[in-house]
Amino acid sequence: MTPTPEEIAVMVRQGLPDAIVDVRLYSGNDHFEMEVVSAAFADKSRIAQHKMVYAALGDHMREAIHALALKTSIPKE
Amino acid sequence: MSDSVLDQIDQVVKGNDIVLFMKGTPDFPQCGFSQRVGSIVSSYEVPFAAVNVLLSEEIRQGIKDYSDWPTIPQLYIKGEFIGGCDIVTEMQENGELAELLAPLKKEA
Repeated sequence: MTPTPEEIAVMVRQGLPDAIVDVRLYSGNDHFEMEVVSAAFADKSRIAQHKMVYAALGDHMREAIHALALKTSIPKE
Repeated sequence: MSDSVLDQIDQVVKGNDIVLFMKGTPDFPQCGFSQRVGSIVSSYEVPFAAVNVLLSEEIRQGIKDYSDWPTIPQLYIKGEFIGGCDIVTEMQENGELAELLAPLKKEA
């Protein structure tokens, strides 16, 4: 079962409790576009930031989600 | 996954300044994300090696294990994993990729 955008946002917030998550479908029902803003990304490389989001999504990343366009950032002061 | 596949991947990554693991080839990409990264890298006019993961199921899975990254394409510069489509696009837009590739251009 492909998760809905809302379910994906919940999964990300479980892994990154402070995260502001904006997730949208951009094509079909399994191509997502997501922006995640979290203080937990501070001092991390972009690859490390994306891996933290992928880790929060767990197996869904590999199975249900065919494409996830991801952008991560640190909250602005 | 046999270690020899990861060793093979390691040799390719370390033996080339720029390597793109992709679905299809730069001239005939078989996935929109691979196409995008292939054309971004090509636009800098630096020579790069491309590995078509569709030719080998072992490499297709092996490259994901190698980098601990779930998706393809994957770009490597000077032995270092740079990222996939999102990160490469972002680095093109903010100029970081041009900076990384500039010294490789002179050598060419």
